Amino acid sequence: MNISQIMTKKVCPAGREVTYREAVKKEIRNKWRRTLTAWLLLLPSLVFLTIFTIYPILKSFINSLYIDNLSVMEPVFAGLSNYVTVFQDKVFWECFFNNLLVAAVTVPLSIALAVIMALFANSIKKGKALVRLGFTYPTFIPLVAAANIWMFIYTPIYGLLGYINPEWRLLADSDTAIWALIVMLIWKQAGYIMLFYVAGLHGISRELFEAAKIDGAGAVKVFTSITWPMLKPTTIYVLIIALTNAYKMVDHLYIMTKGGPGNATNMLLFYIYQTGFDYWDTGKASAMTVILVVLLLAVTSVSFFRQDKKAYYND
Amino acid sequence: MYNKQTAGGKMLATKSLPKVHIGKIVCYALMITLLFISMVPLLWVVRTAFIPQELTLDLTAVSLPVLDNFKRVLQAAPFGKYYGNTLFIVIGVLVIQFVLVTLAGYAFARIDFYGSKALFVLFLSQMMIAPEVLILPNYTLMAKWGLTDTKIGIMLPFFASAMGTLIVRQTIKTIPYELEEAAKVDGASLPQIIWKVYVPLLKPAYISFGMISASFQWNNFLWPLVMTDSVEKRPLSLGLAMFAMSYETGAQWSDVSAATVLVCAPLLILFVVLQKQFIESFMHSGIK
Repeated sequence: MNISQIMTKKVCPAGREVTYREAVKKEIRNKWRRTLTAWLLLLPSLVFLTIFTIYPILKSFINSLYIDNLSVMEPVFAGLSNYVTVFQDKVFWECFFNNLLVAAVTVPLSIALAVIMALFANSIKKGKALVRLGFTYPTFIPLVAAANIWMFIYTPIYGLLGYINPEWRLLADSDTAIWALIVMLIWKQAGYIMLFYVAGLHGISRELFEAAKIDGAGAVKVFTSITWPMLKPTTIYVLIIALTNAYKMVDHLYIMTKGGPGNATNMLLFYIYQTGFDYWDTGKASAMTVILVVLLLAVTSVSFFRQDKKAYYND
Repeated sequence: MYNKQTAGGKMLATKSLPKVHIGKIVCYALMITLLFISMVPLLWVVRTAFIPQELTLDLTAVSLPVLDNFKRVLQAAPFGKYYGNTLFIVIGVLVIQFVLVTLAGYAFARIDFYGSKALFVLFLSQMMIAPEVLILPNYTLMAKWGLTDTKIGIMLPFFASAMGTLIVRQTIKTIPYELEEAAKVDGASLPQIIWKVYVPLLKPAYISFGMISASFQWNNFLWPLVMTDSVEKRPLSLGLAMFAMSYETGAQWSDVSAATVLVCAPLLILFVVLQKQFIESFMHSGIK
């Protein structure tokens, strides 16, 4: 019971003001005691979150205000000039639009495939395990390993696709390279998303489907008016995972294209890595880190807070 | 999925039955094709890993599986060492995460306290941003502390987990509060309540989160890439990438495939063994 509940309940008649006030005081005291317990329980996590998530964001922001690369001995304060450099950098914009493209294609397609696969895996009687394994195993393969495997598929002439058409040079052509990578990314994450939908479908009450059956609703109708709306909390959660993944999955670039040809497949996070660790331009890499953080926060908080905050905090 | 249900409806005339069947067959055919496409990369890499090297590029070649490729890989690179490093990192991170997410998850699920909403948003921000985006500032920090090229340095940023906290919190919310009250009546302290009442009931949460976290660490690449300089500290994912990079031509595909299978096999086997439990845990642990 919290304070407001006691207040509104008016448990005390007029003559017993003192007891009422004492009750409020006691509840406040209790809440402070609970607050202390809660903060103690959260302390270990908070320490690590602060050091490795919050502090690095602030530190990136500070570093982004300094010129700090191989041309200077000591970092020099430079205001927003790193941001100007970044926004004038053609490569940055290439990465930015590649990221947008990857997100815009992989997220809806992965989700659509995941829903279809989950519905299928749920509906069959035999071979359930095989179907689930066949769709989800890519989740448990390291992205670098997946990159190796897909290299064998995409390599011209000798690769698996080379048996279909030896002329295909999907990764070498700047028009097709990013699409080849997108196919791989969808393959990699659709199964993971399917797991969430399998769980989500499990949570929908059987009675709803039975009621629909009695009403004579068709499969499409059942999906659009029961299944999909009931899966909304899952979809919000999955949307966050898929959106952030679209910005975080870059390991394969190291093996497959190094961001090339040119920068046709380069992504922001990989460009940050190159700028920071290949060219040692800490200032510019920090500015891009800040931009990526802002981008991720913007993209995810839209889905988190605009949709249904209740699903997250209050259940 | 619901074709069966409509087809089973007694009201449907026999005339419409064949139509439903055709729909069902098309649907099954599509799904089986999709399943096959999903499986192709795995089948391809396993085949290349086990076929004698000289037959690698002959798609129609058939041979009994051989282990030569694996032998060569193990001689060429210290994969044993990589395994040890990855296991150390995965298990170390998991143990600490389990403790931290249990405490934090309990606090968010059961305690009404000042600052709960603000702290919850702070936790969510980790899910949105994730440590791997912050490689540069985190690397600078590790360099300052002298922790680059150490396993503990690779592990530290992952000890707190917002996702794990969220999963534990949701699972605790499904556990009846009466259990805790009964334990309180018996005079149990908070640590005892968490340890004796909640931890046993959190098993599904631990399995599903554990599997996600283990595969994340097993697969993690960019962070160990910037953190390690020496071969001795490399985890598997990095070792595999370095190994693959040293071969550029198709002639050594058999070796790279064998190495890839070596790296993927443990998690895949674990998933096959645990899949029923894992998926059931996923359903019951409140990740919905």
